[in-house]
Amino acid sequence: MNPRSDNRGAAIDLETVSKAYGAFKALDGVSLRIEPGEFMTLLGPSGSGKTTTLNVIAGFTDVTNGKLLVGGNSVVGVPAHKRNIGVVFQHYALFPHMTVGRNVAYPLTLRGFDQAKRKARVAEALDMVKMGDFAHRYPSELSGGQQQRVALARAIVFDPPLLLMDEPLGALDKKLREWLQLEIKRIHRELGTTFVYVTHDQEEALVLSDRIAVFNRGRIEQVGTGRQLYDEPATLFVGRFIGDSTVLRGEARHDGTSTALSIAGETVTAPRRIAGEANPVMLLRPEKLAICRPGSDAAGANRLSGTIAEAIYLGSGSKYDVKLADGSVAIVRSPLTGESFGLGEKVELCFDGTDAKLLADDSTADATLT
Amino acid sequence: MSALEPTTPAAEKRAGWAWRPYALTLPALVLLAAVIGYPLLTIVLRSLSEPQWGVQNYAWFFGAPVNLAVLQRTFSISAWVTLVCVVCAYPYAYLMTAVGPRVRLVLVLCVLIPFWVSGVVRTLSWVILLQDSGVINSLLRSAGFTGIRLIRTQTGVVIGMAQVLLPFMILPLYSVMKGIDLRLVQAARSLGARPSRAFFTVYLPLSLPGVYAGAIIVFILALGFYITPALLGGPRSTMLSTLVQTQVLSLLQWGRGGAMGVVLLVTTFLLLALAAPVMRSRHREAGRR
Repeated sequence: MNPRSDNRGAAIDLETVSKAYGAFKALDGVSLRIEPGEFMTLLGPSGSGKTTTLNVIAGFTDVTNGKLLVGGNSVVGVPAHKRNIGVVFQHYALFPHMTVGRNVAYPLTLRGFDQAKRKARVAEALDMVKMGDFAHRYPSELSGGQQQRVALARAIVFDPPLLLMDEPLGALDKKLREWLQLEIKRIHRELGTTFVYVTHDQEEALVLSDRIAVFNRGRIEQVGTGRQLYDEPATLFVGRFIGDSTVLRGEARHDGTSTALSIAGETVTAPRRIAGEANPVMLLRPEKLAICRPGSDAAGANRLSGTIAEAIYLGSGSKYDVKLADGSVAIVRSPLTGESFGLGEKVELCFDGTDAKLLADDSTADATLT
Repeated sequence: MSALEPTTPAAEKRAGWAWRPYALTLPALVLLAAVIGYPLLTIVLRSLSEPQWGVQNYAWFFGAPVNLAVLQRTFSISAWVTLVCVVCAYPYAYLMTAVGPRVRLVLVLCVLIPFWVSGVVRTLSWVILLQDSGVINSLLRSAGFTGIRLIRTQTGVVIGMAQVLLPFMILPLYSVMKGIDLRLVQAARSLGARPSRAFFTVYLPLSLPGVYAGAIIVFILALGFYITPALLGGPRSTMLSTLVQTQVLSLLQWGRGGAMGVVLLVTTFLLLALAAPVMRSRHREAGRR
């Protein structure tokens, strides 16, 4: 739809947006700026406020407090049908009594397009999602993936400056989901529209997004690129939600430039950080951990003794669960070239203190994540 | 099964088994044959054989303008009753889908309680409400209006019949409406449809199967109504069933009565056959949650 795409995407500004249902705060002071043409993913567990945020932007839900601007204009109080925003739902929401062609033409009919123009735009949109041959079918005659592609065509056919997607691939199987992710990415590139995408699947978020906003309990924990969230999580919740991680808890002692954690009699240290002073935990990524035989003098200043609780061969490498002395389990990913270890083997967990992220402990993270 | 496929004993056994489910319908079929099939056959035979063999009863029916007028009136009253039922039932059934379970129970009871009261009793209470010195007219007069004739008019008959038949419209409508995915309406809103437009382009078409189902039941039941038109109607609002009753019970003209019944039955089937293509849809089962 290149000739018409001069409008590009719209920016979205949420300023301390709150939504309360009685005493329950679905959104608790959410502020977020989404740049024009950006692919922003709202990521979080169920009930974290990501879908509420989407519904607020779409106009399906009123805000209790705060400001909401789309393209610089406040849309608080503007009904959904006047917002000109495309929405793709998890449940497809195709009209069962209309053919694919009439479904996609629906928003154009509402906007008073004449028939010739309508036909051209519908064909163009269906081609874009590779459903051009299906215009005369009914939705019930299509598979889930095909229905969702039609729903996508219907949401972009009227050239909205903003497209909202609410877990659009949630009901599809893995293979199809992965393929459609790439399709959505391609369509985003071709349209230049702002995309806001809701999912609870962190891998999907990493594949698709320019930036990700991580939601937890009605608040945004952190906004950043996938790499930022993985490498520099601001909170324990983010660290645990994005990717695999090992969390070490112990008695903390601060000492000038470093923090030491004593775990079941053994001590590990990491460079001190300003954040997470009070009750710090160490967060470690699986590829930053190594397994050493006891007594060997391999790299890594920190050592913790443990036993292999699970060994999984992944093809490209191996994944181990190492049970530590305090009962917690560390996840280690090692390349194929490394040594292999057997179940029940006594080993040591080695890591560099600079690879450990010191974060404030957050017991609620456990509750939401498990 | 293709002709090339050898018929194995096992396949034959399966074919034998395939009849088993149909055997379950046998009691119903026997009952229907006894209480519908046999009497219907008798009616047809009597209409052709009394007082002697021939089509004289049908000739009489179509030869007398009054009969044709009553037949036409029967259909027009039934059509009005159906229309009134659709108009009253549609918002009511919609409300039933929109409210919480407790209010819904109250609404269902409001439909069903009159349903459990005998039709004669309900019709008699309509007499009290509608008659010239009845409740409605007294209220109108005390409010300073002139009274209106309701009893022994077609309007009175339509009001009474619609009230009796309303549950048959509400219940099928409700069962279809509760299956409509309201998120489709939300989707229509997001695509730019204002609420009224979303209703007419999405909700209404999806609810039509319920309207059709209810309308057919109400219309067919209305065609055969006897007590309500007899008590609320006058000579100018006689329906075919009253005429049949007169022929059979007062004049002992079983043949003529039978002929009228057959004419009503055949006309009804013809109308339904005409309406069927409109009501058929490719996606009847679609759009459900």
